[in-house]
Amino acid sequence: MTAFWKANQRKLAPWLFLAPGLLMFAVYVIGPIFESMWISLYDWDGLGEARWIGTANYVELFDDDAFYTSLKNNVIWLVLYMLAVPAGLLIAIFLNQTITGIRIYKSLFFFPFVISQVVVGLMFSWFYAPDFGLFYKLIEVFTGQGIAILAEDRFVTYGIIAAGLWPQIAYVMILYLTGLNNVAPDQVEAARLDGAKGWRMLWYVILPQLRPATFIAVVVTVIGALRSFDLVSIMTDGGPFGSSRVLSFYMYEQALSEYGYRMGYGAAIAVVLFAIMMVFISGFIWKMWRDETER
Amino acid sequence: MVHKKAGALALGAALLLSTSALAQEKRTLTYNADYDPIPLAAMEALIADFEAANPDIDVVLNNFDHEGYKTAIRNFLTADAPDLANWYAGNRMAPFVNAGQFMDVSDVWEANGLSDSLASAKASMTIDGKQWGIPYTYYQWGIYYNRDAYAAAGVDLPADGMTYDQFVANCEKFAAAGIDCLTTGTKALWPGAGIFDYMSLRTNGYEWHMDLTAGKVEWTDQKVRDVFAQWARIQPFITKNHAAIDWQDAAALLVQGKAANYVMGNFAVGVFKEGGMTNDNLGFMVFPEITPGIPRAEEAPTDTIHIPAGAKNVDDAKKFLAFMASPEAQTKWNAAQGQLPVNKNASVNTEDPFLVAGFQMLSTAEGGIAQFFDRDAPAEMAKAGMEGFQEFMVKPENLDAILERLEKVRQRVYQ
Repeated sequence: MTAFWKANQRKLAPWLFLAPGLLMFAVYVIGPIFESMWISLYDWDGLGEARWIGTANYVELFDDDAFYTSLKNNVIWLVLYMLAVPAGLLIAIFLNQTITGIRIYKSLFFFPFVISQVVVGLMFSWFYAPDFGLFYKLIEVFTGQGIAILAEDRFVTYGIIAAGLWPQIAYVMILYLTGLNNVAPDQVEAARLDGAKGWRMLWYVILPQLRPATFIAVVVTVIGALRSFDLVSIMTDGGPFGSSRVLSFYMYEQALSEYGYRMGYGAAIAVVLFAIMMVFISGFIWKMWRDETER
Repeated sequence: MVHKKAGALALGAALLLSTSALAQEKRTLTYNADYDPIPLAAMEALIADFEAANPDIDVVLNNFDHEGYKTAIRNFLTADAPDLANWYAGNRMAPFVNAGQFMDVSDVWEANGLSDSLASAKASMTIDGKQWGIPYTYYQWGIYYNRDAYAAAGVDLPADGMTYDQFVANCEKFAAAGIDCLTTGTKALWPGAGIFDYMSLRTNGYEWHMDLTAGKVEWTDQKVRDVFAQWARIQPFITKNHAAIDWQDAAALLVQGKAANYVMGNFAVGVFKEGGMTNDNLGFMVFPEITPGIPRAEEAPTDTIHIPAGAKNVDDAKKFLAFMASPEAQTKWNAAQGQLPVNKNASVNTEDPFLVAGFQMLSTAEGGIAQFFDRDAPAEMAKAGMEGFQEFMVKPENLDAILERLEKVRQRVYQ
C-alpha cells in the first residue's frame, strides 16, 4: 500500500484534491444536465405519472409564439448587454487617475454591483412607474405624455436591460480597473515619446495589454445576459402579456410557477437555452485552451 | 396559543417537571397556511379556542407569504407534508386530488351534516363524488366605486338594476371629467380575469361560462367574440397603464378619486379603508346587466383547508376540520376578516354594509356562483387566458390573434 502510494503520489495527489469538487460538479451540474434532457422527452406535471412523448415537447416549442418572443428577447439582451464592456472601459479609464478621494468615487461607481439584483429591479420599477416614477415624469415634462415603460410591449425589454446594465457596467469597470493597474508604464512612456496619444494610444498600446480583462468581461457579460431572470421576474413577471419573457423566465413559468407544472416542456426550453449557452461556452473554452497551449 | 417553535414548550415542560407530575403529552398538529396579518390574527384566535377545547392538541401554524405559498405547497406536500394545508376550491385543487396528494374527507362531511350546512360550496369541493376539504370562507366580487369621484364628474350614483348601457354612458362622462371610469392593475394578471368573468357571465350566462372554462367551447366561437365586443365598449375607459401596476396601486387610484369604479373582490375593502375611504364615500354595486333576462350569476372564490395525504396526525386534523366547518368558528373568523362564512347557520356582521350587500347578492344569485377564472379553468388555460385578457385591454385590435392563441392552448390542455 505505502509502496504504491510512494510510487504514484505525484499522480494521485491532484485527483484526491480535486475529488470533492469533481463529485459535487458531477452530482449538481453534469447529472442535472442529462436529467433535464431526459425529462424533456416526457409529459410530466412533477407529481403524477410521467408519460413518454418523445420529441413532442420540441415540436410544440417550435410552434410556440411565446418561445420565439423569448428567443428574440434573449438576442436583444445579448447584443445590448455587450454595451457594458465599452461603457465599463470608459468609466475605468476615467477613474484611473490619482486625485484625492478617488477611492470614494471608485466605490460609488462600484456600488450598483454590490446591491442585490432584486433591489436594482425594484428601484428601476419605481423609476419607470406610471404617475409617480421619475423617468415617467421626465418624459411627461418633455413630451406632454408620460410613457409607462414596463406596460409597453415595445419598450419593456429595453427598460429591463437598462436596469441590468447598471450593475453590469460597474462589474466590467472593476475588471478593467484591475487590468489598468497592470498596464506597463514604460510602454506607455515609450509610446508617448513616439507621439502616440488619445485614441491611437488607447487602441494600439492600452487595449492590447487589457486583453485578459476584456476576455473575462465579455464572458461574464454573455453569461449575465443569458441568465437574466431575476430582473424580469421582479420588474414585470414576463409581462405585459408575455412580451418581456426571456428563455430562462419562460422555463420557470412553464415548469415551476403557479400556473406551470409542465416539467417536460420547461426542461425542453432549458435544453434549448443550454444549447445556446454551449455555443458561447465552447467558444470561450476553445480560446482559453488555445492561449494555454500557445505558451 | 400558537407555538412557532416547539422548543420553548419542551423547555418549559422540563422546568415544570420538578413541581408537577409529568405534564400530559401533547399531540402536535402542523398547519401550513398563507394568511395576511389580519386573517392570521383571526386564525390564531380560533386556534386558541380549538386548543382550549382540546387541551391535548398543540397546533403549530407555519404561515407562508401568500404568493410564495402557491409554489411552496407543491414541495411540502411531497417532501414534508403537514397535517393541514390551505388551498382553494374548484379546479385549483384538482391537480392535487388527482395526484393523490389530498385526503378524501367525505367522512367529516358525513359525520357533521356538512352537506346541508355547507351546501352552497359542496359542488366546488367535490371531485369524483367525494369531498376533499372544508370551505371556511368566501367573498363576493363586484364593482367598488368612489362616491366622491361620481360627484366630481357630475354622474348620478349607480342605482339598483343599472344596465350596462348606462354604465358605458357614465364612462363617457367620467372620461370628459378626466377620471378613469374603470381601474385595474394587471401586473399580476388575475385582476383582469375578474372583469372577463363578469363580461362572460353577464353576456352568455353561468352555464356557458362554465362550459368555456371546462374547455367545451372553442375560443374562436362567435359567443366568445360577443363577450369581447361588450368588453371593447369600456376598454378605452380603463386605466391606461394597468399592465405596469399592481392591484393595490390601482386601489390607490380609486381612493384618490382618479378612478371611479373597480371590479374587485371584497378583500380590497380593507385596502380602500386603509387609504382613507369610509362607508360614506366607498360604494358597492352588483356588476350591471348586459344581456337582459339571463339569470344573475356571481363570482365568489372559496378558500379551503385540506388534509395532505402524507399527514401524520389524521385524527386530530379531521377534528380541526370539523371545528373549522362549525358555524361558531366561521362566524368568528369571517367577522374578523370581513368575509362571508360558507356555513349557512353562521351569522354576518350587520354593521358592515359590504358584507350585507355581498351576502344578499350571493344568496339571491339564481344563476350560480363561479369560483374565479384561474380556479374554474385549469392552470395552463388560466395563465394563457389571463395574458390574453391583459393584451386585449391594452391592444383590442389584436383580438383575432389572441383568440386563435387561446384556442390552440385549449386544444392542448383539455385533450
